[in-house]
Amino acid sequence: MKKIITSVLTLALFAPFAACVQKGGETGSTGDGTGVIKIGVYGDLSGQTSNFGKSTRQGVELATEEVNAKGGIGGRKIQLVVEDDQGRPEQAKTVVSKLINQDKVSAVIGEVASTNSLAAAPVAQEARVPMITPSSTNPKVTQVGDYIFRVCFIDPFQGSVMAKFAANSLKAKTAAIFGDVNSDYSKGLTEFFEGEFTKLGSKVIMKQSYTQNDQDYKGQLTAIRSANPDVIYVPGYYGQVGIIAKQARELGMNQPILGGDGWDSAELWALGGAAMKNTFISNHYSVDDPSPAIQTFVKAYKAKFNNVAPDAIAALAYDAMNILAASIQKAGGTDSAKLRDSIAATSAFPGVTGNITLDKDRNAIKPAVVLELNPAEKKYIYKETIAVDGAPSNTATTGANMNANTMSSQANANMANTAPTNTNMASNANAAANVNGNANAAGTK
Amino acid sequence: MDTFVQQLINGLTIGSIYALIALGYTMVYGILRFINFAHGDIYMIGAYTGFVLATSLGFAMNPSIFAFGVTLLGSMAIAAAIGMAIERFAYRPVRRYSRMTTLITAIGMSLFIENLFVVIFSGTPRAFPQLLQNDIYPLFGNAAISSSQLLIFVISIALMVLLQYIVFYTKIGKAMRAVSFNINSAKLMGINTDFIIAFTFALGSALAAAGGVLTSQYNPQINPLMGIIIGLKAFVAAVLGGIGNIPGAVLGGLIIGLAETFVVGYGQNIGIPSTYRDAVAFSILILVLLFRPAGILGSNVQEKV
Repeated sequence: MKKIITSVLTLALFAPFAACVQKGGETGSTGDGTGVIKIGVYGDLSGQTSNFGKSTRQGVELATEEVNAKGGIGGRKIQLVVEDDQGRPEQAKTVVSKLINQDKVSAVIGEVASTNSLAAAPVAQEARVPMITPSSTNPKVTQVGDYIFRVCFIDPFQGSVMAKFAANSLKAKTAAIFGDVNSDYSKGLTEFFEGEFTKLGSKVIMKQSYTQNDQDYKGQLTAIRSANPDVIYVPGYYGQVGIIAKQARELGMNQPILGGDGWDSAELWALGGAAMKNTFISNHYSVDDPSPAIQTFVKAYKAKFNNVAPDAIAALAYDAMNILAASIQKAGGTDSAKLRDSIAATSAFPGVTGNITLDKDRNAIKPAVVLELNPAEKKYIYKETIAVDGAPSNTATTGANMNANTMSSQANANMANTAPTNTNMASNANAAANVNGNANAAGTK
Repeated sequence: MDTFVQQLINGLTIGSIYALIALGYTMVYGILRFINFAHGDIYMIGAYTGFVLATSLGFAMNPSIFAFGVTLLGSMAIAAAIGMAIERFAYRPVRRYSRMTTLITAIGMSLFIENLFVVIFSGTPRAFPQLLQNDIYPLFGNAAISSSQLLIFVISIALMVLLQYIVFYTKIGKAMRAVSFNINSAKLMGINTDFIIAFTFALGSALAAAGGVLTSQYNPQINPLMGIIIGLKAFVAAVLGGIGNIPGAVLGGLIIGLAETFVVGYGQNIGIPSTYRDAVAFSILILVLLFRPAGILGSNVQEKV
């Protein structure tokens, strides 16, 4: 018995070294040459946020199918290797190691939750395998290294969008924030919402927190009720948000509840029901946007996946895969250094979620839309588009920004003068022109 | 003042749920001196059974008291059967080995159930149908009580009274107390101890399932891992009140529920952020155990069930 234990322990001790050696030998030569191009996809397919993982997988699958139908990349077809991380950070790390070391994928696409992307990114960075996260918005994710990219906007921007909407359009003077204490996503949004909201002359009067395993939110909500804020900001994921809204309404709190892209899932309608009235989110795109690029995508997606409308997560995954395919094409193969440079050079890529340009920190610069939830029809109503100040003028959606703003009851002309809260934009030549005094006030990370 | 009353109601609501689950821990411990770590998952099974019953029988479309009653009793019965099956096929075969073996079997059972449900229902949170009209009754000022909260109070108190009756005023209750006192002597007196143990598991599982269905009316979101944290807290409640002691489990559950809620409600005034609410609940446990190692109501001579 003792012998068995000792040998198991020895194995466990040496396993990491063995993995290192293997990885060291492979660096730089992953899958270069001919044959299929293997792309790894990882996400939560069975955990608390499994709708995110499924949407990601479906978005990537649709893009892959389209690329392969056109003959692949330089005659080579794309083959997907999909792994489930159960929504757990440690598992995300393990499956990405597996994708890179065993399946020898040329690039990795994933995760949605920032906490999981943060856990897996160092693995990809160390192995020099490019990783594109379609929808992790916490700024720290791409700071892991120069092989980590994203095709969505980041939390400093998303948080400030909601703060601007609350202060300018809803004319809120006070806000309470109710966030998920274990989520990097939620913490990031909380920080940047508060920064921008305070800068606009309003005040965050209470902060409360919950965890994903909580069964009851009334304690925190009662405390928030006694502070009586104008709006409540709940930067969380759909699994909790619906119940939070429901219990808040039960306590007679009818304030607007605001959130981010983490709310975007069909399950929210069932969980929150009528309580989702008078709630607003910032998101990457609106499925009801009439532009032909979006409607073609929505149609193709619905045709392939049982008539389910694509949420923003699916749209971003679709864009991520298309950018990756275009970059492999441009790089002329899957050599990891060349592929990295090619992805980094992505500029004005016409994606479903807007034109995508990656800045020097490998983050996408694009506008966000504010949507109002309509639980009766299970639809999102478009409210306004809020752009990154000084975003490149070639972004089509940004061009439409001014028109879009006039759609909302509140004139947002003053918004153009508001300083960019996202310091990552400072590198951008256009941004420099718009920067005023407090450009760096919010959230240098 | 109205905020205080509101927090009191919130605390008692969640505390009653903890108490219902804590009863299962405490009864099994009283009889077998064994912590059934899969008990939190029985609570989850109860909620899912209710979910399947309510959706398959069409109750989600036409909610009524009848629909709620059938769902509640149905899921209690099914959970009781599952609890007995777990005892029969997982715990009984290893009961004659060391207590550690049973304990590890229980942990394995817990993981098995959780992952089985992830495979069957996927991990994404599901919305539990509202089976009863959820009305809000204003008390005074801003304080209000919802019918789901009232329901939790009334049903959990009724179940606890029923349990007290079974244990102290019925023949089978007497047998349970005998087994808890000394299992070998009980066997010599002609008590079918295997049956009594199975019955205890059934009783505990039914209470946990009731907790699951009741919580799902109050917080209509269920997922396969919902039993982990609540199971842990109920276990703490059972230990706090004195494990093996039935009124102790109820008291412990209410204390943990109230402590949590008041930390959230008033902790900020004295510099404790709401994030620390679980830490505070567990600190209370440590403090109580320092001064009363057997728990608040526990003692070595107390009759245990």
